[in-house]
Amino acid sequence: MAIGLKVMKRPGTQVSYLRATLKGMALTFSHLWRPKVTMQYPEEKSSKDWTLSPRWRGTHRMLTDEQGRAKCVACGLCPQICPANCIKLVPGEDEHGNRYPLIYEIDEFRCVFCGYCQEVCPEEAIHVGVHYENAEYSRDRFVYDLERLCAQTHPVSTLWDPSDPKGE
Amino acid sequence: MTFFLVSSIIKIIVVFTVIMVGVALLTLAERRICAWMQDRLGPNRVGPQGLFQPAADGLKNLLKEETLPAQADKVLFLLAPAMSFVPALLTFAVIPFATPLPTPWGDVDMVVANLPVGFLYILAFGSLGVYGIVLAGWASNNKYSLLGGLRASAQMISYEIAMGMSTVAVLLLAGNVTLSEVVARQAQSIWFVFPLSLAYFIFIVAAFAETNRLPFDLPEAEGELIAGYHTEYSAMKFSMFYIAEYSNMVTASALMTTLFFGGWDIPFTTWDNTPPWTVLKTVATLAAFCLKVSCFLFLYIWVRWTLPRFRYDQLMALGWKVMLPLALGYLTVIATALWILHAVLGWAYDTRFGLALFGLNVLLAIPLFFVLDRGHIVAGSMAGERA
Repeated sequence: MAIGLKVMKRPGTQVSYLRATLKGMALTFSHLWRPKVTMQYPEEKSSKDWTLSPRWRGTHRMLTDEQGRAKCVACGLCPQICPANCIKLVPGEDEHGNRYPLIYEIDEFRCVFCGYCQEVCPEEAIHVGVHYENAEYSRDRFVYDLERLCAQTHPVSTLWDPSDPKGE
Repeated sequence: MTFFLVSSIIKIIVVFTVIMVGVALLTLAERRICAWMQDRLGPNRVGPQGLFQPAADGLKNLLKEETLPAQADKVLFLLAPAMSFVPALLTFAVIPFATPLPTPWGDVDMVVANLPVGFLYILAFGSLGVYGIVLAGWASNNKYSLLGGLRASAQMISYEIAMGMSTVAVLLLAGNVTLSEVVARQAQSIWFVFPLSLAYFIFIVAAFAETNRLPFDLPEAEGELIAGYHTEYSAMKFSMFYIAEYSNMVTASALMTTLFFGGWDIPFTTWDNTPPWTVLKTVATLAAFCLKVSCFLFLYIWVRWTLPRFRYDQLMALGWKVMLPLALGYLTVIATALWILHAVLGWAYDTRFGLALFGLNVLLAIPLFFVLDRGHIVAGSMAGERA
């Protein structure tokens, strides 16, 4: 066939499945003792077959400097680029003229996890995280404030670079 | 009389409990073995190795909402689960499961009811189970359920005949319909699976069909009939159909053990089947019986997770065009052979007799399996193109 279609040869007349049955039963029996592929989730979070990709974009994390202050300089680029409009930023300024966020909130329910905020951040402050266990008992717990974003400890995403697709 | 009553009541309670626990463990075994065959682990969370999973399932089923379809026939809808549940448990009553247990008041037969017509009782109650399924399908007032029920009844009728025919050979050889006598006859010489191999083959196929297990689970057929006859059932009523199905499996396995694999007989020794009876003998034979039954239960599960379901016309073709003539022809051959061995040659039933019949079975099996294998038995998917 021109498009490389594989035509299966099917029995045209009546057939018995006796040998096929025995073959199948031998196969299923041998599978009884094969190593199992199940990953026992709450205890094991990765196996040799599966780990979370480092490119995974999960809930955010704000990195901090040596004094434990958020690295954010409240430049306003992340709320500007955010396609889901989920970042709320109110900038403040101290007596030395340093800008810092007075309010910095991310609504994780609105967030589409595009990672633009991390890409655009000049200070490498806001990051999307390699993290997926986000269960909470109430909806309002999903608006992460600055304190909570700074307190996250999970690893952060290394975003995919189109000019370097393999991450070298 | 008092002794008989008391011992019978104790036996009924014990056997009932053991079967219910066995059925519960069987549901777990099914899920775990199925998982292993698919390279998964299966339910292993509740208790060690998931042993309490059946208890959790049972509790869940008790707490779930009972639904009653508005257009359903209420009386029959409520009656149907019981109708399939009760016969499934009743059939086990006549199966002998160990040697008599000696007590200070006399020997107790290790069978709930040592009926002289034990085998006929099993055939009668075995077919009664389908009433529950048909009634469930009818009372649900749901076209898919009705189709499931109808399929169950047609399937039962088709395969009951082959099953009966195959077991007539056993009765001819045993000369008795009492199951304890059938077992005793096998214990003295050789298990009936050897002299009657082909009858066993027919019986096991028919038993799969009778218990509605894959590849013959047409009545429930999730893919086509959305669970068939128990589509409309929920909670404990649904659970009862499941218990019935699994008890039927246990009974069918016990029946295979009793009719073809010597029941509680331990092979290669006569220690277990000669008086005086001791408690040790009872325990040992009970263990042998349980082991044999579990092997067949494993076979049920194994086949279920290997084979796909038959199409309905294939099922009917296999039942009427293959199983029935095969069983009839085989019965004729075996009856003739028995007459020759008994009346013409004057042999009594012993190991030599059994082995002679086994040779005959092998001779018959070779052409049979050649024909089965070379084709022309079950219609393939393009049967219309036949030249």
